[in-house]
Amino acid sequence: MIPAPPWIDWDELTGMKLNDEEQDILAGKSGVLPQQALAHQKSVGEFFGAADFVPVTQAHIMADTESLGEAGVLWLERLAATAEGQRQVRIPTITDPRGTDFAKAASLGQTQAMLDLERRAIEAFVRLGVTMTDTCINYQTVQAPISYEHVAFGDTGVVIYSNSVCGARSNFEGGPSALAAGLTGRTPRYGFHLPELRRATLHFRVEFTPASLNEWGALGGVIGRLAGNYWAVPAIEGIEGVPKSDQLKHFGAAMASFGSTALFHIIGITPEARRLSDVAATGLPGHRVTRADVDALQKSYLVDDGVDVVVFSAPQLSLYELRDLAALCEGRRFAVPLLAVTSPQVKPDCDRMGYTARIEDAGGSVLAGMCFYQSYAREIAEAKGWNRLATNSAKLVNILGGYGYRPMLASMEACVDAAVSGRLA
Amino acid sequence: MNAASRIFRARQAMGRTVRGPALVAHDGFSARYDLDRMAGIFSRPAHKLAGQSYVGRILVLDTAKGGVATAWMLHEMQSRGIVPLALVFNSVNPILAQGAALGDVPMLAGFDEDITAAIPNGAQVEVNPQASSISIVA
Repeated sequence: MIPAPPWIDWDELTGMKLNDEEQDILAGKSGVLPQQALAHQKSVGEFFGAADFVPVTQAHIMADTESLGEAGVLWLERLAATAEGQRQVRIPTITDPRGTDFAKAASLGQTQAMLDLERRAIEAFVRLGVTMTDTCINYQTVQAPISYEHVAFGDTGVVIYSNSVCGARSNFEGGPSALAAGLTGRTPRYGFHLPELRRATLHFRVEFTPASLNEWGALGGVIGRLAGNYWAVPAIEGIEGVPKSDQLKHFGAAMASFGSTALFHIIGITPEARRLSDVAATGLPGHRVTRADVDALQKSYLVDDGVDVVVFSAPQLSLYELRDLAALCEGRRFAVPLLAVTSPQVKPDCDRMGYTARIEDAGGSVLAGMCFYQSYAREIAEAKGWNRLATNSAKLVNILGGYGYRPMLASMEACVDAAVSGRLA
Repeated sequence: MNAASRIFRARQAMGRTVRGPALVAHDGFSARYDLDRMAGIFSRPAHKLAGQSYVGRILVLDTAKGGVATAWMLHEMQSRGIVPLALVFNSVNPILAQGAALGDVPMLAGFDEDITAAIPNGAQVEVNPQASSISIVA
């Protein structure tokens, strides 16, 4: 059985302690938006037994309109209707991918209603002072947080990378809570803002160091499944060499997706865990993970050898991933659609270096500012007749089963070959 | 002990008192990963409740899974009335708490026993967040 959050002495709980500024915000002296935002944060903080608030320096909002729906957009528009000067976020507040790439929406079979809803959400966010970065790899493209920096990040992949690789402090902040943090400049101090909650709860001995991104994702998925819940913190030993940023991006994103995990330590590599004893007590429950476990996760998705579409997304691709993909596309001709999704920050460089041209000359498509599963994936499947989807993202295969796809996990090379032949070897 | 008379205490609670049928499984929950939110059913084939409607049910599950989208989706689902009546979990993550707060979905979490083994599937239950309790009423 999974324990309740372990840091709370429920018998001693006395409610959150607010400083003078926070009491003023809650009394409405800073305006109605910070007042509402702080009240929301206080209710969440009290649910998790937070003692007080902690100042944060950045916020990152997940807010694609498939998630918001009409109701969420109306909620945002009501906030944005507040008078000028009383509605702006007070710290840098950026956005996760949107639900479309407006330039390519028609090719995805997205409807005008979807695009109209996106435009309304964007307009509301801009009025609130939010910076529309539309990226889930802000730690690679906008500004990575530093060790001990308290932030309020959405997107589980962003949180797990920022916590684990950067040493920053964040919980999973859903869109409404991340926006609230932007409006108040603080967040309830619970979970991974507390040093004692950042210590490992499980030990993993890994006997296989992946090479490809799909293998890194699959390894993250295996560990995430075993970890099993948000409050579990894996300490991992046995990784050979030093992983690259893109490898840990796929590893963390998959772990967070399969396990709702928000923090891991790789002993000797990630900043809080130079030695196992830095983060773990002796005698932690342990697991051994082998190549067979990683292969088994990948094979469990290989249910068909036919492929309707190839998607590289979740997380958005870095410039290096696009460089590798472009090289694989050179001189090829695709029989089925191939989509490569990146951030608006990376796309201009992808164009400038000629990567976009190489991918699109082969029949592929490079999209920016969206992420596949956040872009009405179910409706896209119905409009385009896509069911069997090949990808090198373990996170994406974990998500898309619920959207009516048969997602399959393979290497970038095998996925590009599948785009040519229509079959996954 | 007669199961029909049992009351279970949660350490964490939020929202209104509601009464309805329990839909129980020892499995996880993510609104994005697991649901067809238009049809109001569990749609992920591997989920133990695949194909079953969650509308108007008190969901009794193990833990929160997956991403941050549930924080918005419970609000959106509530606006259409295609929403669980309440959420009762062994363990929740911040996203579920944030989503329940915005979406006005009553929620309990943190029990001394596995709540998914304690509540029979289909039982009529009352969730009372003020008392931090779930009880089997029929």
